[in-house]
Amino acid sequence: MGHKSDIKLIVDGKRTDGRELDQLREVEMKVDVVNRANGSAMVRFGNTVAVAAAYGPRELFPKFMQEPQSGILRVRYNMAPFSVDDRKSPGPDRRSTEISKVARLAIEPSLFLEDFPKATIDVFIEILQADGSTRVTGINAASLALADAGMPMRDLVAACSVGKIDGQLVADLNGLEDNFGETDMAIAMQPSKNKLTLMQMDGVLTKTEFDRLFKLATESCKKIYEMQKKVLKETYKRV
Amino acid sequence: MMEEKYALELIMKGKRVDGRKFDEFRPIEIIPNIIKNAEGSAQVRFGDTEVIAGVKMKTGTPFADTPNEGILIVNSEFTPLASPDFESGPPGEDAIELSRVVDRGIRESHMVDVEQLVLKPEEKVWAMFVDIHMINHQGNLIDAASIAAVTALHTTKIPKIELAKEGEKIDKILRGEYEKPLPAVHIPITITVGKVGNNLLVDPNLEEEKVLDAKLSIAVREDNTICALQKQGSKELELSDVDKMIELAIRKSAELRELVKEAIKEARKE
Repeated sequence: MGHKSDIKLIVDGKRTDGRELDQLREVEMKVDVVNRANGSAMVRFGNTVAVAAAYGPRELFPKFMQEPQSGILRVRYNMAPFSVDDRKSPGPDRRSTEISKVARLAIEPSLFLEDFPKATIDVFIEILQADGSTRVTGINAASLALADAGMPMRDLVAACSVGKIDGQLVADLNGLEDNFGETDMAIAMQPSKNKLTLMQMDGVLTKTEFDRLFKLATESCKKIYEMQKKVLKETYKRV
Repeated sequence: MMEEKYALELIMKGKRVDGRKFDEFRPIEIIPNIIKNAEGSAQVRFGDTEVIAGVKMKTGTPFADTPNEGILIVNSEFTPLASPDFESGPPGEDAIELSRVVDRGIRESHMVDVEQLVLKPEEKVWAMFVDIHMINHQGNLIDAASIAAVTALHTTKIPKIELAKEGEKIDKILRGEYEKPLPAVHIPITITVGKVGNNLLVDPNLEEEKVLDAKLSIAVREDNTICALQKQGSKELELSDVDKMIELAIRKSAELRELVKEAIKEARKE
């Protein structure tokens, strides 16, 4: 984040991959990709690919972790060793631990955990290919996986990244933009309720820039929401 | 449980258990240079919450993508003595999150002039290890930890060093003898704003933290730019909450910055 470089990220109003400032990458979404799981989904934004699977509600062990009044949600975000340029050692690191936590809190408000006392809903997110914005791609996949599992939800969770690169505000950062841009921000929301469930930002922004960036983020999430609804409708039409 | 219920009832009536206003901090104490063996340190109290940050300087190989910049590493320990809810062992998700949020506030604000920490270009740089130890958890660890880390870095002195000569492996760091102060320019302040119903409050104490719907930590630089944001808590925020929380944080950060500047000034007199 914010490394100095001579790379021009915006030339003649277009980004390194030819996109407009507020344009998302090519998006692909599929559900029921892991048939052993209760629900699953694959989401691709350009070259970033995430697969998510939901198991549960299922009995939670060890017993001391069970909540008598409510179920719990567990989310594990993990990057495959081959997903990045420089091989990533397998296993959780500090970054994945933090991302697992914020992803869980991004999704939790949508679930009716009180309906499943003592149970757990486990969501596993694997990043198979990383080219920027992996956590939001993972959250989009996780939300679809839960819907695919038939979990009652207050709303789907749509997530996206936005940022400031070469002084301009853009949506859906790819790897280059994430690394060399001045600011990046990830948000997740329940779009039909206009509620925010995740927000992380690093970089430097004036309050005015933040307001504009936040607006771009919520608009982008709403575009993603429409795509999520579409893939679910099309899947269930076939059933 | 009773304390939490009481705290919640009071908040919904516009009051707080300790009589504070919603935009008021507990009494804050910042004591730099508290740990003699550290190159920089600070003890910070927000009411009864207490943390200590210590800075140790070591030499290291720079990261490949920043070959001419010093290294910053922030770690925090939720020491078991600080709370019956903390267990011994490696940092859990809360400790990791706190470390990373404090790290981003410092790193993204460009607080430390890391280009001045190069010992041998592309080969050897100073690494600043900032370790934050929780001593007593009575709420709002992130804000206390951030102030402790920032104050500790601002009062850090870089030790004298004899770099290893040809054929030698080990650099000799002459701890106790100092070269110069760490080049720290900006003063980012992190303010965590909590939401309970329609109420926004700063510096939640332990009971208040347990009844918050959600909270937003905002790191603000002295030019009022925002350099880090982290939403926490298990409930949603309304889009309109965000704006009010950020405005509140920008306003309060100026007050806390004065306290940090005072502490740094006192330390430099020594």
